[in-house]
Amino acid sequence: MDTVFAARQDARAQDGGIAEAMPYLPAASSPFVPDGVPAEALTWAEAVAPGGYTHRVVARGTRIRLDDPTGEACAHLFLLRADAPHERLNVADTVKIPWQAYLGAGHPLLSGDGRVLATIAVDTSTRHDAFCGTSSDAWNTAKYGDARAESPTPSGQSLLTLAAAKHGLTWRDLGPGISLFQGVQVEADGAVSWRGSAGAGAAVELVAELPLIVLIADVPHPLDPRAQYVVGPLRVHAWRSTPTGPGDPAFTSSPERTRAYLNTIDDVEARG
Amino acid sequence: MMTTDSVLDWSSPLADGEIVRDDRVAPRASWSAVVPAGHVLTIVDVGGNQSADCLIFDAADPAERYSVPDTITWQGNVYVRTGTVLRSNLGSPLMTVVGNEIDRQDTIGGACSKESNTLRYGHHTAFHHACRENFLLEGAKHGLGARDLVSNLNWFMNVPVEADGSLGIVDGMSAPGKRVALRAEREVLVVVSNCPQMNNPCNAFDCTPLRMIVTAPSARTVEAAQTAEAVEAVEATA
Repeated sequence: MDTVFAARQDARAQDGGIAEAMPYLPAASSPFVPDGVPAEALTWAEAVAPGGYTHRVVARGTRIRLDDPTGEACAHLFLLRADAPHERLNVADTVKIPWQAYLGAGHPLLSGDGRVLATIAVDTSTRHDAFCGTSSDAWNTAKYGDARAESPTPSGQSLLTLAAAKHGLTWRDLGPGISLFQGVQVEADGAVSWRGSAGAGAAVELVAELPLIVLIADVPHPLDPRAQYVVGPLRVHAWRSTPTGPGDPAFTSSPERTRAYLNTIDDVEARG
Repeated sequence: MMTTDSVLDWSSPLADGEIVRDDRVAPRASWSAVVPAGHVLTIVDVGGNQSADCLIFDAADPAERYSVPDTITWQGNVYVRTGTVLRSNLGSPLMTVVGNEIDRQDTIGGACSKESNTLRYGHHTAFHHACRENFLLEGAKHGLGARDLVSNLNWFMNVPVEADGSLGIVDGMSAPGKRVALRAEREVLVVVSNCPQMNNPCNAFDCTPLRMIVTAPSARTVEAAQTAEAVEAVEATA
C-alpha cells in the first residue's frame, strides 16, 4: 500500500460491506423494516452495536421504534429539545406528574418546562427504569475493571457524553435518563431490585412531540447482577407520523397529561 | 399562606464543632453556601414537614453535581437515610448523611416549577412561587443556569413508591425541630429552596422557615475520627 492509488483501491474495495451493527442507508434498505410500515417512509434505520451508541435529530411527529431482538438490549435514553436544548428530559417530573414510576404504554416523557418531549405509544416490554440512570465511569471501572468508550466495557456515561458532544453539548447538558428493556422494582423499604428483561423480541415505540435530539447508549443496566458485561444489539427505526393531538386517547387519559399536551401544542404553534 | 400559630422549633446543630454559619431561611426563600470539606451542614425543619429542596455541586467544578440515579444505584435504595452517600454524576461522594431524625428522605420527587405546577394543579397556578425559580435565582449568584438544574433531594418530604409504581408526595413524617446533617466530602456548593408548593398538602399549606447551620469539626471530633480510623486499620491488619 505504498501508493495513494493502492490505498484508494483498497478503501473502495470495502464498499458494500455488511456488519451486524450499522446504519442502513437509505433507511428503506433496512433488512428489518417494521411490520406495517412502508419502507419508503423510514427516516432512520440502524442496528446499534452492544456497547455502542447512537444519536439523531428527529422532527416533531416522528415515530421511533426500538427493538430488542435478543432480550439483552438496554437502551439508556436521554432526550433534549432540538430547537432549544436547555429544555430536556426531567425524570422527576416524568414520574411525578403522571403519579407513576413504572414506564409503560401511554406514559409521557416530560421536560422540565411542563411539556411532553415524547410519548411511549407502544410497549411490549414493560421492563424499564426511571430510577438508576446509566452506568458511570466509576461504576463500570469498579464492576468490570474498565469504563472507557474504547474498552470492551464502556459506561453509559462515556457513550452519552460522546453522543452529546456530537451535538455541541457537554455533560452539563445531560441529566438523569431512563433505561428501556431492563427493568427495576422498588420494594416497600425503598430497595431497588433488578427485574431484567421481558425476553427476546420486545419493542417500544416513541412519538416525538417536539423536535428532539435523541441520545441512546446500549450498555448493561448498572444493577445487572451478572459479572460479565452482557448486552445485546438494539434496532432503531423511525418514520414520519403525527404528534399526539386532542383526538388521541393519550391526550385525554388524565388531566395532567391533557395540560402537558396543551402546553406542548401551544408552544409549537407560537414558534410557527 | 403562612399562619401565625405554627409551632416553631429552631433546634440546634446535629454535629459537634464550632458553628461557622447559622442562617434562617424564610418561607419560600432560597439559600446557598459553600461548605468546606469535613464541615457538617445541619438543616432544621423548624415548623415540621417543610420541604428543603436541595442541589449539591462540586464547588470547584459545578459540572460535577448531585445525581439521583448514581446515589440510588450505589446504595441500591431510593430513600436517603443515615449513612447514605450523596453521589455526583461521576459516581463520586459529595456529601454523606451523618445524622437523620426522620424515617427516610426523598430523592425522587424532584422540585416544583411554575411549569410543572400548571400540569399538577392547572394553569391558574402559573404565577405561584416554585422551587425551580428559587434554584435559578440562587444558582445565578454562582454562575449556574438552567443547564445545571437536575433532579434534586427533598429533605423532610415523604414520597412513597407503592407496589404498582404509584408515586406521589404525601403527608410528611417530620415535625418541628427535626434535623438532617450532611458532612461535606469535598468543598461543595449547596443550594436550597425552602418551598413545598403552596398547593401541596404535605404541611397543611403552611410554609415555615428553615435553619441552616454549618459546623467545623472540633479538634476533639477530628481526633476521635482519627483514633477510630487507626483502630480500624489495626483491626484490619490483625
